[in-house]
Amino acid sequence: MEPVLSLHTIGFCYGQQPALTGVDLRLMDAEILGIIGPNGSGKSTLLKIMGGLLTPTDGAILLHGRPLRGLNRPELAREIAMVAQENYFRFAFTALEVVLMGRYPHLKRLQFEGQKDIDAALHALEATQAAELADRPIHELSGGERQRVLIARALAQEPRIMLLDEPTSFLDLKFKREIFRLIAELSRDTGLTVALVSHDIDLAAMYCSRLVMLKQGAVYTTGAPEDVVTTANIKAVYDCPVLVDTNPATGRPRTSIV
Amino acid sequence: MVSRHAQAIITPGRVVVVCLIMVVVLIITMAVALVAGTADVSFSHIAGIITGSLPPDDPLRLIVLKIRLPRIILAGLAGFSLALGGVVFQAILRNPLADPFILGVSSGSAFGAVLAIFCGLGFSFGVPVFSFAGALLTIYLVMSLGAKRMGMESSTILLTGVIINAFFTAVIMFFISVSANERLHSMLFWLYGDLSRSRIGQLGFIAPIVLAVFCWLYSLSKELNIITTGDDIAAQLGVNVGSAKKTCLVLVSLLMGLVVAFSGLIGFVGLIVPHLARMAFRADHRMLMPVASLGGAIFLIAADTLARTLVSPGELPVGVVTAFMGAPFFILLLRKKGGQWSRS
Repeated sequence: MEPVLSLHTIGFCYGQQPALTGVDLRLMDAEILGIIGPNGSGKSTLLKIMGGLLTPTDGAILLHGRPLRGLNRPELAREIAMVAQENYFRFAFTALEVVLMGRYPHLKRLQFEGQKDIDAALHALEATQAAELADRPIHELSGGERQRVLIARALAQEPRIMLLDEPTSFLDLKFKREIFRLIAELSRDTGLTVALVSHDIDLAAMYCSRLVMLKQGAVYTTGAPEDVVTTANIKAVYDCPVLVDTNPATGRPRTSIV
Repeated sequence: MVSRHAQAIITPGRVVVVCLIMVVVLIITMAVALVAGTADVSFSHIAGIITGSLPPDDPLRLIVLKIRLPRIILAGLAGFSLALGGVVFQAILRNPLADPFILGVSSGSAFGAVLAIFCGLGFSFGVPVFSFAGALLTIYLVMSLGAKRMGMESSTILLTGVIINAFFTAVIMFFISVSANERLHSMLFWLYGDLSRSRIGQLGFIAPIVLAVFCWLYSLSKELNIITTGDDIAAQLGVNVGSAKKTCLVLVSLLMGLVVAFSGLIGFVGLIVPHLARMAFRADHRMLMPVASLGGAIFLIAADTLARTLVSPGELPVGVVTAFMGAPFFILLLRKKGGQWSRS
């Protein structure tokens, strides 16, 4: 099967500092790929390169077999959406206005949103179970509500690929579960292809169809969650002794620090 | 459900209607400003000038057309530009406290203007050009010192701006201190905002530039909306973040160069007016930019009318009036909202 997005021997440096070296990665249609690894292993950098936000110093990225660099920003935005880790809400936009920003790549310069865009935004809010938040100011929402609105904005872009950078990092247990379930449902129901960065190995193992484990800017291993999340791999990559067993509720691997 | 939300969405029609209302208020403000002052001008005189029934050599006609009208129009253009510059800076830096005055752009621009005056250059060409160059230099300094790249931390930028502001103010005081005596007074007065120098000829030069800059900035209004929520996400939504920001910074510098050259340093307009506009019409720049700009024009015309009538027959620098109004306004706001004013 042809990959949706493929990375070939990607290298990236921040100034003289290498952040990624020789990364090969294929993102397949409708899969949920989890990118895990310790702090500073290059997870977010990799995600930004996949989204075209950073231009790799080495290697090539192909989207549906065509170079990613050939696309301009709006073209790229219609293919790939991103839920970033850093979001600023200093001004009083409503949730609906934030989601409508997702229609930007579909509109001409100075064109105002029409009924079609409002429908797309409301549809996206419904898909993320956030329809009742539409008229609320974004800065008054809780972390979990806000994250659902941001995912709705990404959906309103009508992308084929969604990239999420630590989508649950500031959320408590309940919202963590909700957001991951939401992502899994969206992928299953709409065929959306997802790549996400997560610090939470257990949740990533539970909801992702495939994992990539990074170590010092290179792919250490990749494969099904049970093949990636092993005592030996985690010891080698995170430098932390863990016990890995199987979560009886899900059948997926589970880690405990020892 | 859908139709209810459609009400909440900004449409071109709503923007036009709100702007027309603002224009009516602006015209009324201008009319009131025309009759206010030491010389006794009434509305019937104004009507007489418009219909041509007042003799062309009537002294009141001269006062209205040669003195008051140019001054009112300059106040309008300056207020319009200052509020517009404030809105744009606040969006780019994602900080409701950012404005060209606080960031030091105005004082950098004033430094350029003082340098030009000191070198004996004229107000019609040399001063505006130096003033614009001073604004650009300050923006460049603030951005390059305050941020390693365009994805900048806005508190660092603000601090850098404050420092640069202090520095240029000191440089200006230095020039004033070493300059000859009779120049000194005019420089000091101009430094706190002086709209009395306005000539019709200059307005024909300023107005088209201000209008063109507004249109250009307005074409970036959707981009500014998205940029306020983050640079990476704006890029991912299809916005050319770097070029949009640079365009905005250069255009605002041009506006500030013009304003400072022709009317001196006028603070607070770029903070108060955008803030009030956001309270009334929320954050969408497609509505906010024209509303705040027209509001700035109305505000500064009113402030300047006070400046020339309060201590009549003398007059105050308009910057003193805006500061008298602005500082208590912000203290009130701070107390009322407990520091949450960014979220109005």
